[in-house]
Amino acid sequence: MSFAAIFVPNFTFQAIVRSQPELRLQPVAVIEGQPPTYRVIAFNRLAEILGVTAGMTKANAEQFPQIQIRHRSETQEETAHRALLDTAWSVSSRVEDVAADTLLLDLAGLARLFGTEEVIARRILTQTEAIGIDAHVAVSANVETARIVARALPGCTVVPEGQERRFLETLPVAMLSPSPQLADIFERWGVTTCKSLASLPVLAFSERVGQEGVRLHALASGKGNRPLVLAQLADCFEECFELEDALDNLEPLSFLLGRLLQQLCVRISARALAVAEVRIAFELEPAFDNALPSARAFTIAKPLPRMFACSLKLPVPSQDHSLLLKLLRLHLQANPPCAPVLKIHMTATPGRSRATQNGLFVPASPDPQKLELTLARIAAVVGENNVGTPLLLDTHRPDAFHMQKFSVRTEVRSAPEQKTETPTGFRVFRPSLPAWVQLQARVPARVAFQGMLGKVVRAAGPWRTSGDWWEDQPWQEDAWDVELQFASESPNARGLYRLAYDLRLEKWWVRGVYD
Amino acid sequence: MHSKSAALRLHVESALAGRIAAPFRQPHSEPVPTVPAGIPLLDEATGGLPRGGLTELCGPPSSGKTSFLQSALAARTASAEVCALVDAHDAFDPARAQSAGVSLPQLLWVRCRNLDQAFRSVDVLLHGGGFGMVAVDLSDTPARLVRQIPLNVWFRLRRTVENTSTILLVLSRESNAKTCASLVLRLEKEKTAWSLRERSLPTRALHTPACLLDGWTSAGEVIRSCSLRKNLHFLNHSTTPGSADKDLVRFELHTDCALPRSLNEGESLLAEKERTKDPG
Repeated sequence: MSFAAIFVPNFTFQAIVRSQPELRLQPVAVIEGQPPTYRVIAFNRLAEILGVTAGMTKANAEQFPQIQIRHRSETQEETAHRALLDTAWSVSSRVEDVAADTLLLDLAGLARLFGTEEVIARRILTQTEAIGIDAHVAVSANVETARIVARALPGCTVVPEGQERRFLETLPVAMLSPSPQLADIFERWGVTTCKSLASLPVLAFSERVGQEGVRLHALASGKGNRPLVLAQLADCFEECFELEDALDNLEPLSFLLGRLLQQLCVRISARALAVAEVRIAFELEPAFDNALPSARAFTIAKPLPRMFACSLKLPVPSQDHSLLLKLLRLHLQANPPCAPVLKIHMTATPGRSRATQNGLFVPASPDPQKLELTLARIAAVVGENNVGTPLLLDTHRPDAFHMQKFSVRTEVRSAPEQKTETPTGFRVFRPSLPAWVQLQARVPARVAFQGMLGKVVRAAGPWRTSGDWWEDQPWQEDAWDVELQFASESPNARGLYRLAYDLRLEKWWVRGVYD
Repeated sequence: MHSKSAALRLHVESALAGRIAAPFRQPHSEPVPTVPAGIPLLDEATGGLPRGGLTELCGPPSSGKTSFLQSALAARTASAEVCALVDAHDAFDPARAQSAGVSLPQLLWVRCRNLDQAFRSVDVLLHGGGFGMVAVDLSDTPARLVRQIPLNVWFRLRRTVENTSTILLVLSRESNAKTCASLVLRLEKEKTAWSLRERSLPTRALHTPACLLDGWTSAGEVIRSCSLRKNLHFLNHSTTPGSADKDLVRFELHTDCALPRSLNEGESLLAEKERTKDPG
């Protein structure tokens, strides 16, 4: 039985750099506090070389050339922690959430699935790199030893069973996280390493420092084993990004959305899932709210929206972040946010990956993911409500249908019936054309519409239909099928039309043409 | 004349000697796979709709183009294929299409407002791929506007659909794609069929209409066909009904009527109702 520990050094800095990888090559200082007393709380190696130290004021830190100052972001730390948890759950279902930067995993029974402990440790390291986090991983038969070694040593470390004490010998006693009083005592005694602490007699040590000292002594000896307190498996896939300056252009915004989508897809695919729905919420810049008294009065009278939300639902769950980005871009091009964006929240709803294969004799049909992109592109041209598949409504009202989203259904029907007759087609005029009709013995004799006058050669009707008299919008009409001969000499100037007399409005309409 | 063309041919052949072996020989091409459109008489005459090619269907209003389209969509969707209809003027009637046998869940309907939207949608659909048939309905677009579409647009559409299993069907009033089309079919309405002819007015007692529109007969003519090696475009196609009569294919289109379609049945029903009314 063995345990793995994941530790993220300089977590505050890494949580910020995760969504801005270009900062890794620049000196960065992370500040926190109330203005104007901002203090540096975290920084990277390049900033340290320049001379940045913890507790330095923002004004002092800004004196260094090329230094990048970033504010601490608790939401980004939260999402980084969630991503770390997803990585741990992708390896083992038994995970203890020790701290924001530390996780413990139970590796019992995973050797048959992944291989040796070293292979598992390297797998964890690769997964954390994929989510943009540089972590330390340690594997040991003792859970506390794994945690302490991970805090101390970079990369992958595998502690062989029985050699825990030897690995801990050289580590400073501060790695055991003693309380300030105990740390002070250790300093006065000259106990600086785990080796010196482990060599103390336990009985006499406990008489002087109590049970806390005994616990630390056991840890330094590599004996402090304990069961894990398991974290509840969660399906919360959320990414967040806070902007220093508001963005009002879609191009840089889509660049950031692409990064967030990529991180979400990595997290979701690590859990063997796919993205079924993406929801986005933008926090918008409160423009001109307090700039002028007149602007303040205006915003009170007509408050501007502070949030913009949109969602993208996929018919087939996908792990392809580039496809999702294209769909989002098309969606945002059609419905852009009404103000510059300050903060991005992105949440993905997971779904099971598509694992079906079409039959050998089923005709080819559009790839569902590609089709989604095709539909989005067409919707950008003709409008979202003008593309889809028609769904007929349960009514006799003429031309009653509803447009619904198109999705591929590869259903093989039984052999079509051999029809002896070909049914006539009909072309609908949307909206119906207003017409002037001259009656002769209650039958249409001449019809004029769209600037054309036609003589009725033959007429069939009236077909009286009505309905919805119990609703707000009742309808009642008499329909006629007429063959019209227009004034033109051309033989093409003859057509079969459907006229309708609206009994409620007392108006004639041309509904369409038989074709 | 003949000797002049022969000399010209000899001159071209000698000029291209060493580069092209036989410039005037038709290149060997694979037979184009075709599928039936659901109207047997027309399928027999045309050989069916060519896959990976552009088919043009032209004719005036009430000539039967939409009936042909519905029939073709019904045949393709019945074979579990996914079809798309780009409707340039939003004139598709889904209720009639369903009664004609079109499986609506397998039909993607793009409702456009103008030619630009229609052609951009067709481009996206063809590049997306996977559709059994993509139909473009330009029937209600004025012929002068369709005529203004540059020929390279038709060439691009043909190239896009080439080497795929998609049928590209274009409905318009006139043929415009010229040599880009693999099949050009022209339809015209010939004779309208009405039943219950004797009655000129609805009789109040029977509440029966004066007459019924039963349907009409359409005549189809193959203008150009790659599979049949026919191209009337080059002959400066003139529509003289008598001369081309032997090439016309006539087929009947029937409306869905509530009353029996047979004239005799309708009349007998009328007579029976009148008989039962008279004694009372």
